[in-house]
Amino acid sequence: MEKIIIDAKGMHYTPLNRQIRQAVAAGIKEIEIKNVLGQRFIANGLRGDVKITIYGIPGGDLCMFMNGPECTVYGDCEHAPGNTMDGGMIIVHGSAGDAVAHSMRGGKVYIRDNIGYRGGIHMKEYESKKPILVIGGSCHAFLGEYMAGGLILVLGIGLQSPINDRGIGSGIHGGEIIIRGNVDDRLLGIGSRKVEFNENDLRRISPLIEDFCSKFNIDPNPLMDTNYTHIVPSSSRPFADKYTWE
Amino acid sequence: MCGIIGVINRVRSVMDGSGIKKALSLMNERGSGEGAGYVGYGIYPDFADCYALHVFYDNLVEPKKKVDNLLEKWGRIVHQEEIPTYERPNLRKQHIPWRYFYKPHKDLMVGSSTPEDDLVKNLVMDINSCIEGALVFSSGINLGVFKAAGWPEDVADFYRIQDYKGYIWLAHNRYPTNTPGWWGGAHPFNLLDWSVVHNGEITSYGTNRQYVESNGYKCTMFTDTEVVAYLFDLLGRRHGLSEDLVVKALAPPFWDEIDTMTERDKKLNLAMRLTYGSAQMNGPFAIIVATSQSIVGFTDRIKLRPLVVGENGDKLYISSEEAAIRIMDPKVQNIRMPRAGEPVVGRLIV
Repeated sequence: MEKIIIDAKGMHYTPLNRQIRQAVAAGIKEIEIKNVLGQRFIANGLRGDVKITIYGIPGGDLCMFMNGPECTVYGDCEHAPGNTMDGGMIIVHGSAGDAVAHSMRGGKVYIRDNIGYRGGIHMKEYESKKPILVIGGSCHAFLGEYMAGGLILVLGIGLQSPINDRGIGSGIHGGEIIIRGNVDDRLLGIGSRKVEFNENDLRRISPLIEDFCSKFNIDPNPLMDTNYTHIVPSSSRPFADKYTWE
Repeated sequence: MCGIIGVINRVRSVMDGSGIKKALSLMNERGSGEGAGYVGYGIYPDFADCYALHVFYDNLVEPKKKVDNLLEKWGRIVHQEEIPTYERPNLRKQHIPWRYFYKPHKDLMVGSSTPEDDLVKNLVMDINSCIEGALVFSSGINLGVFKAAGWPEDVADFYRIQDYKGYIWLAHNRYPTNTPGWWGGAHPFNLLDWSVVHNGEITSYGTNRQYVESNGYKCTMFTDTEVVAYLFDLLGRRHGLSEDLVVKALAPPFWDEIDTMTERDKKLNLAMRLTYGSAQMNGPFAIIVATSQSIVGFTDRIKLRPLVVGENGDKLYISSEEAAIRIMDPKVQNIRMPRAGEPVVGRLIV
């Protein structure tokens, strides 16, 4: 048996996660979970080569510490999907709450629509591990706050400007944020600065845009130009003068 | 971390308490079993013109005699009874919840444009600060707070809130952090027509408390949220500000945002910040406030606590989590996340 279906209606997350782990241990490669509503910590710390499909609204911290599986959600997510995720992928056919990809350290998170505040807060990278967060719609304030590594890409599909909130890259000291269109200077947080987005950058992110669009059946061609704002750290220690004295 | 949810039916159709109980219980992870509570508006149609005073008594001898005497001195007790409760295995009855349906003698209060409200407010402050063993935790007309130390479903079943029908409900699931969990410290906090549920902390509590106490309120419940109810009563009722303006006073725009506004808005926001500097609240918070006419939800200015809004026809929902709204109303639409500091208002249209 390669695939199982779990009906999560009214189920607490503990037995739900137990069933998921048992299935993965038994070699199941595909898990479909129906009627999810508010269960937190789904696929928490899960490892292995498995595809999980969720129908409904998973609760907070979806796929926290996960390493390996691919999780697709048909619905919205609450706070922090991909919290400290190590590897694997989350694909959300909907929106998500605050602190999406919180402290993420590897893998990919794709959100088709919008996210709340502090997306990608404290994402980090180490050697070959580079987490990627892609948002199809818009974001609220403090995107990439205290970001230490990885890539955040905001596509703003169908929107005039994907971000109208303050504090983008506030305290960023590693990694990069790429936002479709122009971003007003006053929206940049302390420690972040804009650099030119050129043809090389576009070549670099094109496969990512194509992959994202293929998951949601979106035409990538209108996104394939250099009309992006590229935001990077202005230094590796943005608060050097604020919290330390030398 | 706490869980909050509120719903208003804008044409006054009533909902029994079973839906809000389900919604709050879904957010059990946001609480610790040390406090949960509900408030319903329109639940006392048989006494629709009386103030419904809900009191926690430690016993029915000394404190109750004092409260009865005080109430009879300033008005007429139309009816009184113990609030029906039902034993729950996980909930220890620490107080005796009692209710009065009360009509104050407004002629006894001079110099006020809202004499009955002021009289009842003074009685609540007097009882809560001077009569040991009695705590008035709900004092509005045709509304009632039901709260205790326990999990959401236990508190709901303890009072059988499914037996009450209201057109507005707020609910709160508590995870006490800075102050102990006790019956009086559970939310909602209520004074007169105002009820408040709150997720977060008011770190400016000291300043805000001084401000409301200098205006005749007394903080007696050992927790920060109480001050929000008094701020709404002071600014909303006594100063006559709209919900939007009260929120502007409590969670004002940043100075650099004010700088970019049109002259007219700049003038208004500057005046608000200067007049109500002591009412401004700091710290992480998501709050829902109800009156008999409306509910309003808002967060702190940098959005350190979650808030989600949804609608279905005449119903407007405000909650910490989308799933809580959906379990109450699977057909909910227009789910959205308001911006930091943005008031979301649902008002009666009949």
